[in-house]
Parts: sequence; structure tokens; C-alpha cells
Amino acid sequence: MTRWTRLLWQAPAAAALAWATWNLFDWGVWRAVFRPDLAACQALERQGACWGVVPAKLTQWLFGHYPSELQFRPALALALWGLSLAMWLWPLLAPPPGVRPTLRNGLGLRLAAAGLALGGLAVLHGSDALGLAAWRTVDSRAWGGLALTVLLSLGALVLSVPLALLLAHGRLSPHRLRAGAATLAIETVRGAPLVMWLFMGAFLLPAVLPEAWTPGPVGRTLLVMTVFSAAYMAEILRGHLSVIAREQDEAAEVLGASRWARWRLVVWPQATRGALPALTGHVIGLIKDTALVMIVSLQDLTGAMSMSLNGDADWRPFFLEAYLFIAAIYAVLCLCVARLGQQLELRYPVHRHLG
Amino acid sequence: MLEFLWQPAGFDIGETGWWTYDSQQPLWQAFGVGLGNTLRVAVPAVAFALVLGASLGLAKLSPLPWWRRLAGAYIHSVRNVPLMVQLMLWYFALVDLLPDPTAAWSVLPGVWLSKGGLQIPWWDAASGQWSVPAQDTFNVQGGAALTPEFLALWLALTVYTSAFVAEIVRAGVLSVPRSLLEAAETLGATPAQVRWRVLWPQAWQASAPALVNQVLNLIKNSSLAVAIGYPDLVSVGNTALNQTGRVIECIAIMMLVYLLMSLTVSAVLNRRPAWARGAGP
Repeated sequence: MTRWTRLLWQAPAAAALAWATWNLFDWGVWRAVFRPDLAACQALERQGACWGVVPAKLTQWLFGHYPSELQFRPALALALWGLSLAMWLWPLLAPPPGVRPTLRNGLGLRLAAAGLALGGLAVLHGSDALGLAAWRTVDSRAWGGLALTVLLSLGALVLSVPLALLLAHGRLSPHRLRAGAATLAIETVRGAPLVMWLFMGAFLLPAVLPEAWTPGPVGRTLLVMTVFSAAYMAEILRGHLSVIAREQDEAAEVLGASRWARWRLVVWPQATRGALPALTGHVIGLIKDTALVMIVSLQDLTGAMSMSLNGDADWRPFFLEAYLFIAAIYAVLCLCVARLGQQLELRYPVHRHLG
Repeated sequence: MLEFLWQPAGFDIGETGWWTYDSQQPLWQAFGVGLGNTLRVAVPAVAFALVLGASLGLAKLSPLPWWRRLAGAYIHSVRNVPLMVQLMLWYFALVDLLPDPTAAWSVLPGVWLSKGGLQIPWWDAASGQWSVPAQDTFNVQGGAALTPEFLALWLALTVYTSAFVAEIVRAGVLSVPRSLLEAAETLGATPAQVRWRVLWPQAWQASAPALVNQVLNLIKNSSLAVAIGYPDLVSVGNTALNQTGRVIECIAIMMLVYLLMSLTVSAVLNRRPAWARGAGP
């Protein structure tokens, strides 16, 4: 192909990209209103974006219906979870000089991180026993916004890891009954859509469990998402547990290591290395799946945003801007996870070079 | 145990597709309407997502950089946004930004788009001729109507899934060893023969399991319908469950139906089509 025919063939694609970019810029930046000024936004008559809807509604999107005078608490919880995540990942991504990178460095730091994460939950929940108005108990029904999205994603992810390992080992077990039970559990959960399981959690759990045992709506949803995530994660881990880790496991057994030591020191780290790309994809899917909880009336980021506009005739016409902003938040979260996954893959390759 | 399925359902369904249904009919027919609605949106969405996704995947592999950029921009912006957000975006765009049915927008001759949905020409079995919709004083009359709920769900599922299909197709094509293509070329195969008899059959074999997964995901994702009020299987099943209190039975029915759909899809897609057996030109 000559240079000119190449250019000609590409013209439609370049024109489409240029058209989309120009229109997005014209609508979203050039003609847009950035102040939360309703009159100015209405005067645009949809010729430009009204980003003013973001500052006007942002606190509701971040914290849902959390009592407004107490919103420093979900903000603090988000900060604590962020710090906890950073502390957890730091030894993985930046091991001190001279320390060979393994997935087990920095145990003390990680225990502290787990403590901080639980502290975040305590801050969100509060306690009447303290006798302080600023720290009174806030029922989980009032939790919402980005804080709830982060809580559900992180909580379901962390809680589903042990369950997934249990299910994966169960399915690989030579014991027929255990293998059958694990297979049945995994395939049942994976067979039906998450929407159905969320309905079950919302309507079935309160019906079958005794009153005192029934967790609140957030707890029920977290339970459902944990089990759902575990079933998929078990299938990801199973492949790597059975293929990559088997010979290593046998070698360790010959060396006289106990079963627990083999799992903890040999099998799980190896399987995790191999499964890293698939696990990254799973975490991204989990974050996106949290947007489904609005169908059981939880106000996560999507639900809180939808609620904030449905009840407000003034700002409702600017739903497009609101949805694009929310979409950008999810996209940034997902891209961060994807980058993190790439970094971990670079640092923990499956086959380390010998020597 | 399942006798409650033959009792009157007792609830109405907003959109029944090709079925005629009212609340006096037995409950199993309500489930049938739900399943019909799931299939009615899932089948066209699968077809369009596979075609669009394959085109995007091939565009991403194109030697022409601007096609790669266009496909890349699409895939990146679609993949990282939750399907729920995209669905709500499509739904609100359809019911808020489109003109009223009194001033419907004629996309093509005989095809009208408005807040009321899409009206398309349809075969009218009663009169034995095509019924073409036309603008009336208050509404668009005639033809077949696709509701905004259906359109939003179909668009969201198609667009979302096509981005994942594109990456699978790309990976499948890249997984075919280059040496194989060069060998075919050395043996005197024309570029078309290399593509149809070597590259694409192998790429299909590499990507078929992942594509089956995407199709199953799409069918399961169609249950997000409940968020915009499209009565799919899960939505109807959930209503039935609340009406009758037969929790275990209703869950079992839904599980069974999804299981049957999964098995059918796997069985159909795992049979290699003729071109994938290397029977191309």
C-alpha cells in the first residue's frame, strides 16, 4: 500500500475520533458551566455540560444518607481504608534493599493495616456506649455513597479469599464427598446471576435466620457478594493450584514440611503468582459488580447518585453529566487496580530466572 | 410440590413480548413470559455483540494506526465502567433526550424513534401484509414497537459485551503462531486462503471457550433488567416468589432455567462451524 492509500483508508477512523474528541471538548469544556449555578446551567439548554451538578451533589454521592453533621466519619473511614491498603501493598511493591521480594514480607505492617481497616469500620459504625454525640451509632441503613462502594468491594474481596481457598482445595480433594460438595456449591453460585443472589440475600436470609442473627442490609449484601466472589475466585485459583503448584507441593512434602507449612510457604504463593492476571480481572469485575446493590435499595455510589437526582426536579435534567462523573470514578478505580496488577506481575513472575 | 405453578399468577407483567398474558393465567406461564423476555433481549444482544466485538478486535490488530486508536478508545472507555451505570445512562438518554411521541424522529423511512421507543415495520399476520408505522396526531401507529426498556437493555448489553469480545478475538488471533502462517504462504497459499484456512480456524479454537463465557455472562447480565423495569426471568421470578412465598421452588426453577440455557449455549458454540474447520475459500 502506498502512503496515500494508507491515509485514505484511515480517514474514516481519524474523522470519527476527531469528531468525537471535538464534540466532547466543545460540550464538556468550552461551553460547560463548572459552578453549582442552576440558572446558568438551565440557560445552556443542553448545548454545554453542566458540571455544577457535581459540587452541588458531591457529598451525597460520597457519603449517601449518612447524617450530615457526622460526615467526617465516613471521610475518616475512607482515609483509614486507603492508608490500610497502602500499608498492605507497600512491602509487596517496595521491599527494603537486600530483602528478596516475596509475597510474605512485612507481617507486622500488614497486621497494623488489618487493624486500621477494622478501625475504619468502627469509625463508620460508631458506638452509643461512648456517650458522645459525634460518635453515636449510625445504623448501616444510612451508610452509602463511595464509602459503601469501597466497603463492599474491599470487604467482599478480603473475606472471599479464605472461602475461595477452602472451596478450591475442596474441589481438588481426593475425598469424593468433599469434592462433590465444593463443586456443587461453586456451580450453584456461578450458575445464577448476582442480581438473583442479591434478591435472595435481601428477602430470603431474614426469612430463614432467627431475628437476632440477621445482619442489616449492608451485612447481608456483603455476605452475598463475598460468597459470589469466592465461587469465581475458587475457580481461578483451582487451575493454578492443580497445575503450577503440584510438583512444588510434592517436593516440599519430600523435604518433610507439614501440610500447613507447604500450603502457606509453597503452594499458595506459587498459585497466587500464576493467577495474578486473572485475579486482577476478578477484582475489577467485583468493583463494577458493587453497582448492582442499588437494586436491593442500598445507596452505593451509583444508587446514591441515582437517588440524589430522582428526588430533585431542578438538577435531574443534568443526569448525563452526573453519570459521566460517576463513570469516571469507577474507571479511575479500575485503572488503578489494573496498574497495580501489572506492577505485581512484573515483580512476581511465575518463572523466576535462576542464578 | 409444584402444583402452585398451575394456580393463577395474580400479577401483571408490563411487557409480554409475543405472548398474550394476564394475571388470571397460571403461574408457569408468567415464568414463560419472563424467560421469553430474557431470550428476546439476550439473543439479539449476543448476535450484535459478537459481530461488533469481532470487528473491534480485528480493528485493534489493523496495520492502520487510526483504526487501532479508534477501537482502543472504545474498548477502554466501555470496559472500566459498570454495566449498571451504562444501562442507566442508556435508559435515561432514551426516555429523557429523545423527542415526544407526538413529534417522533424518523430515523429511516418507516422507522420512528421517540420517548415511547422504536417503531419498526412488521409483518402483520392478520391482514397478510407488512404494517408500516406512520406518525399520527398523538402517537406513531402501526408496525411493531420496541420499548425504551428493551432498547436500553439491548444497547447496554451489546456495547458492554462487545468490548470484552474484542479483547478475546484479538488474543485468539495473536495466539496463532506466525510460523504457521509463513509455512502456509511458503506452500503457495493466497493471502485469503491463509486467512480462511489457517488463521481464523485456529483463532476460533483458541478463543471459543472465552467467547462461550462471555455469552453466558451476557445472559446472566440481562437480569439487570430489573433496575429499569424490564420484566425478565429474575424479575418475574422475584415477583412470583414474593407473591407465593414458595422460596425454594422459585429459586430452583430459576437455577434450572439458567442451567439449561448455559448447557445449550455451550453445546451450540462448542460445535465448530464449517469455516472454523478450515472449509473456507
